[in-house]
Amino acid sequence: MIEVSGLTRYYGETKAIEDLSFNVGANEIVGFLGLNGAGKTTTLKILAGLLHPTSGSVRIEGEDLFGGSLDTRRHVGFLPEVAPLYTEMRVRDYLRFLGELRGMPSKGLDAAIEEVAERTHCAEALDVVIDTLSYGYRKRVGIAQAILHSPRWVILDEPIGGLDPVQIVGMRKVIANLRDTCTVLVSSHILSEVSQTCDRLLILKQGRLVAEGSEQELSHMAQHASSLRVQLRMDAGAFEGLVGSTGLVKEASILRTEGDLLTARVDLTGDHREAFVAALVQAGVGVRRVEDAEAELEDIFLELTSTQPSKKLS
Amino acid sequence: MKEALLIARRDFQAYFNTAWGYVVIAVLLLIHGLLFNALAMESKAKYSADVLEEFFYLSSGFTMIAAIILTMRLFAEERSSGTMVLLDTAPVHALQVVLGKFLAGLSMILVLLALSVYMPALIFVNGKVSLGHICSGYLGLVLLGASVVAIGTWGSSLTRIQFVGGAISGVVTALFVLMWALGKVSDPPLDQLTSYLSLFDKHFQPFMQGRVNTQSIVFYLSLCFAFLMLAVRSLRGRRW
Repeated sequence: MIEVSGLTRYYGETKAIEDLSFNVGANEIVGFLGLNGAGKTTTLKILAGLLHPTSGSVRIEGEDLFGGSLDTRRHVGFLPEVAPLYTEMRVRDYLRFLGELRGMPSKGLDAAIEEVAERTHCAEALDVVIDTLSYGYRKRVGIAQAILHSPRWVILDEPIGGLDPVQIVGMRKVIANLRDTCTVLVSSHILSEVSQTCDRLLILKQGRLVAEGSEQELSHMAQHASSLRVQLRMDAGAFEGLVGSTGLVKEASILRTEGDLLTARVDLTGDHREAFVAALVQAGVGVRRVEDAEAELEDIFLELTSTQPSKKLS
Repeated sequence: MKEALLIARRDFQAYFNTAWGYVVIAVLLLIHGLLFNALAMESKAKYSADVLEEFFYLSSGFTMIAAIILTMRLFAEERSSGTMVLLDTAPVHALQVVLGKFLAGLSMILVLLALSVYMPALIFVNGKVSLGHICSGYLGLVLLGASVVAIGTWGSSLTRIQFVGGAISGVVTALFVLMWALGKVSDPPLDQLTSYLSLFDKHFQPFMQGRVNTQSIVFYLSLCFAFLMLAVRSLRGRRW
């Protein structure tokens, strides 16, 4: 169990993150989501023990990460955005050096290297000089070093950044497989990736945690009981005036139009769904389809992380 | 200590995994050899001990230059390539990291000095020098080299740009070398202090002349200790 409490970090006068608190359970894969500059990397660096927070604490299994014990570092594996590689070394030598540095016993180290290379799908590159490897392989070697010493807590900063679609599928499998042995924290600004890999999402905006939960929970959180998605046969120009005249609508927006059919999202002032549809029919509008508006994860993400003033989620 | 040796071994091998280490050593040995031939082995008659003294005089300059060039990459390259994070997240004290880097740099200096042994050996062709003189000179070179490697390790820990690290180390080394000049123009008791801090004039000359000076050994070791501690402080400070 990792407990993060009141984490705040300043760079000089600039506040990078503020009062972050969250817990991560064992063998969970948690996605850290936010736009560039939201504070993801700062948070991850603190969690990896690379930076001290200005205030707040991080406890891993009850032990303070900054308590001065080097032993806690043995439990953390970290892959920064750019894989940290000694490019002049062969993959096997590189992993052996890091294994020894992290206190792994020499006996069994070779077997551990083989095993971790298999898990991260880079076994065929073990005897290759890192400098000659492709970007995708370098990322995999980066993950291999992060999990080589069997840490309990693996932090992957933008692990899929810069990968091609085939490599992304491979990386997704690699990350999903980590669940068996460790807790994983993945950061990304690509929503579709974390939503596919993670059990839970933490959404950061301007250094603050603005939402957390599973994809489903976030979806529920953003789903307005009084929001409808409607498909109407009417003139798009008259739409705004008509829905406004019902007196039941808080906000409405046309999503698309096809000929004289328009699809719109309508936020009602309360649960007035039947009355709203009746008003439309009464006004002679052809109502082809009405459904509760299910919030897409992307909508939630944009709404939560947008720097523009936005409507508040209920 | 095991971790420090691991880091030292990796960094030492890194010098030879690329052309960098070979080029630096080859170029320095070539210029050193040419200068030794031109200045110390000139045709006019000289005492063998004087030739040896001139060899150590030349060697001290090359050792300092080599130490600055070889150490400027120690931390700066780790920072610029992003691999510093591997050392920062490893269960290793900053002191062990600094010590490992220092030992790697010092090992390169030892290689360079070992490869220069053929020059004093040439003196035996037409002359005779005491083995003690050679040993004391080399001991001085190792101590001088170690001090500049420590300064270089600290200089490299301050920046991610190798050249800047090298420039900082070069300036600090030059200041320590030039302390003797400051000692000559300072009033007591400052003159004693500045003279004592003279890296070459006060402390290397005895070794060059075949004398082992305990006070100088203590000075060089203290300098190593001070700059390695500064490097440790610099590493720790980056987390805040």
